[in-house]
Amino acid sequence: MQWEIVIGLEIHAQLTTASKIFSGSATTFGAEPNTQASLVDLGMPGTLPVLNAQAVRNAVKFGLAIDAEIGMTNVFARKNYFYPDLPKGYQTSQMDHPIVGKGYLDITLEDGTVKRVGVTRAHLEEDAGKSLHEDFHGMSGIDLNRAGTPLLEIVSEPDMRSAKEAVAYAKTIHSLVRYLGICDGNMAEGSLRCDCNVSVRPKGQTEFGTRCEIKNVNSFRFIEKAINTEVQRQIELIEDGGKVVQETRLYDPNKDETRSMRSKEEANDYRYFPCPDLLPVVLEPSFIEEVRGELPELPQQKRERFESQFGLSTYDASVLSASRELADYFEQVQQTCGDAKLAANWVMGELSSLLNKEGLEIEQSPVSAAQLGGMILRIKDNTISGKIAKMVFEALAAGEGDSADAIIEAKGLKQVTDSGAIEAMLDEVLAANAAQVEQYRASDEAKRGKMFGFFVGQAMKASKGKANPQQVNELLRKKLEG
Amino acid sequence: MHEKTLAELSQALQNKTLSSVELTQHYLKRIEQLDGSLNSYITVTAESALEQAAAADARIAAGNATALTGIPLAHKDLFCTQGQRTSCGSKMLDNFISPYESTVTQRFLDAGAVSLGKTNLDEFAMGSSTESSFYGPTRNPWDTARVPGGSSGGSAAAVAGRLCAAATGTDTGGSIRQPAGFTALTGLKPTYGRVSRWGMVAYASSLDQGGPMARTAEDCALMLQVMAGFDAKDSTSVDQPVPDYSASLNDSLKGLRIGLPKEYFAAGLDAATSDAISAAVKQFQALGAEVREISLPNAELAIPAYYVIAPAEASSNLSRFDGVRFGYRCDHPADLTDLYKRSRAEGFGAEVKRRIMVGTYALSAGYYDAYYLKAQKIRRLIKNDFMAAYEQVDVILCPTSPTPAFKIGEKIDDPVSLYLTDIYTITANLAGVPGVALPAGFANGLPLGMQLLGPYFSEARLLNIAHQYQQVTDWHQRAPAGY
Repeated sequence: MQWEIVIGLEIHAQLTTASKIFSGSATTFGAEPNTQASLVDLGMPGTLPVLNAQAVRNAVKFGLAIDAEIGMTNVFARKNYFYPDLPKGYQTSQMDHPIVGKGYLDITLEDGTVKRVGVTRAHLEEDAGKSLHEDFHGMSGIDLNRAGTPLLEIVSEPDMRSAKEAVAYAKTIHSLVRYLGICDGNMAEGSLRCDCNVSVRPKGQTEFGTRCEIKNVNSFRFIEKAINTEVQRQIELIEDGGKVVQETRLYDPNKDETRSMRSKEEANDYRYFPCPDLLPVVLEPSFIEEVRGELPELPQQKRERFESQFGLSTYDASVLSASRELADYFEQVQQTCGDAKLAANWVMGELSSLLNKEGLEIEQSPVSAAQLGGMILRIKDNTISGKIAKMVFEALAAGEGDSADAIIEAKGLKQVTDSGAIEAMLDEVLAANAAQVEQYRASDEAKRGKMFGFFVGQAMKASKGKANPQQVNELLRKKLEG
Repeated sequence: MHEKTLAELSQALQNKTLSSVELTQHYLKRIEQLDGSLNSYITVTAESALEQAAAADARIAAGNATALTGIPLAHKDLFCTQGQRTSCGSKMLDNFISPYESTVTQRFLDAGAVSLGKTNLDEFAMGSSTESSFYGPTRNPWDTARVPGGSSGGSAAAVAGRLCAAATGTDTGGSIRQPAGFTALTGLKPTYGRVSRWGMVAYASSLDQGGPMARTAEDCALMLQVMAGFDAKDSTSVDQPVPDYSASLNDSLKGLRIGLPKEYFAAGLDAATSDAISAAVKQFQALGAEVREISLPNAELAIPAYYVIAPAEASSNLSRFDGVRFGYRCDHPADLTDLYKRSRAEGFGAEVKRRIMVGTYALSAGYYDAYYLKAQKIRRLIKNDFMAAYEQVDVILCPTSPTPAFKIGEKIDDPVSLYLTDIYTITANLAGVPGVALPAGFANGLPLGMQLLGPYFSEARLLNIAHQYQQVTDWHQRAPAGY
């Protein structure tokens, strides 16, 4: 049987606000437990919430970026359940009146095709604290620093048909929230967390299969693995005559398996009702326009501009626009050297592999955009060849000089373009390889073609790579023919 | 000196014919002598009261006193007071020392008032008799076999028993006005949003409102002056200027239009109360008011709507009392579920548990529309009734409760009959409008109460009307025998 996979994602993005969504406490990650929990965050009797305007602004930014309808009347609701890291016994969230309504995102798949994924809604809510189960000798510790951190829960339509599509969607959201400056996207610290709703159905069937929700998958790699593992489990289950039960599951990356957490029957009745401590928040059209005016160029707009302005391929343009930092870096290189294609090649080639190898982000690149642009300029004006440029780049990365020019100067890497000097060098090379010259001259055209490369190699070696390769080619051909 | 009203005491303090320390010592002595039988205080803070009194005397001497400087007050033990137990009348919070100060009590501290202590209440303000407190029932100084009303019964008994000059209360369904009526006091429930709820432990957030309980309308005006005002810490607080409540007390009632809701003078109303209000109507007419009958057609739906909305909010508000961070925790919990179940089962009393269950049920999936949503629609209808009424009249006059104070134990096993005692007060909470309760007479030695309800933010007018009535009557001047 041919199976179709259906995936929808719920992504929780922590909003980068200075203080929490309903209290004045700071939201910095990694502080000593319970040092960033105020009376409100602790759920002290008699305390009341006050909504953080910046959280609203951030959510509206996201809504505008995905072309969604903005909920002009926002109602906060209480989601009631008991848990030790939920201090009030309810989470303040949004139910019937979310701040962001239906929107969409275009995602670029690996083969370069673009797919539109629907966003059902996005709503504001408060994060819970954390239960700490280690180091307490059989007891649990509660850290409420995270309690009350603003979250935007972004719910997608069940539009994705493979784990790779789901990852592409998650990456697009990740890139977008960072572009907008509304979330730092740090998945290791839990700033962006993902729940995956997965079901399978026979190809051609229109109704959905029974879905399972995999909670809290916290890296792109795990999203892909968790979904694939879960899909495999569901298909095997059905093919063995079983039935998928709607439930919440947890992914264990160590065992690469998903495990049942709780079934639908065990699910809480959250008893949602409008929070009486918060009045409905009514947004003015002028506020929406003000936020629209603050929107930066978005990934898709940037990609399209890179294609039209610089003539880059769709693939190159989407790689370079994937993050705002990378795009800014590329544009700075381009501006310095005036050659978008060379800039793109170097950023996506040498620079990317350097960063990958070192495990660095673009912001931490040891080679600055100005340095790389300056180096490309020297390739363009024939001061150095592409091959020497790689040496210069490595030297820049190793911090051996402030600029490409300084390194070229210090290491004497300036390309030799004086034809007299090149000819003298070639004469020496040919003299040293007299037998091969004899052989060359006796050979037919096809054989000569192959042997020519040998002489070029010897010549470049003799010049320590500094001789201008084009001139070497021309003069060498002349001498051998002669 | 305890026979003086707050306004008179304020004068005496300003004139330095009396010191706050003397006055505070006097009240503390009375509490020691008389509160054994009344049980109006849960906590008496003698030491800090005397410190505050000394500071108040210094402030008066320095010439920067307010009307409240040096006045000994009591606060309902639902207002958080920093470093002091804030029990809410519950075993659940018997060990809870508040780490912060409520906005209302902070404003009194800033005004230089003295706090004698924290008064008894129905557990978490859920009740109409102050019998459901973990600290035992409070008794009515007019007849100690009877309840003082509730839930602010401790404040009512303390003021009526002259164990403080005035007190704070809170009113969710009548918890200031009904006990004021039972103890011959003047008590005001302000417009929802007029007084900050920060630090006032929530029972039903959309209905709760703090307010003053005192001997006279004039005293209530002085108290409300301190309590009222915008607070950025309470999102439901209204940012609107606070008028000078004392300035308009002597305005004339000529041309005042008073409405009598016919639904409130039907079956079930005690004859003596009905007669007292008829007499009050004549007084108001003599003062120049016009009185006419009006209708609040949806009033009969108020009790069922209230007993869905208030428990629903309470069931959520009281979830934080889970034995994890503060308050009562059961011994040796076997696991997390056991900790929750036993801490709450052992920490809450019967009425609180009943309302949590009712509220949880009303919010459950499949019942929400039939109960909570329907109750909210009724709430809107009741509000509309008031808005329509205020197009015809300026204020509404009605009883505070169907009968005078009942006996301790009389209704405690019959929750529905207890709920029905709030029949005249609940509508104002559902609509969010202000109301002032004041004494209208006596029957068999028991006070009879009436209330005036006005449009939003009409507190100054309500106090003016009550004050004018108190200029031509002396019900409010009577003291219970022995106090």
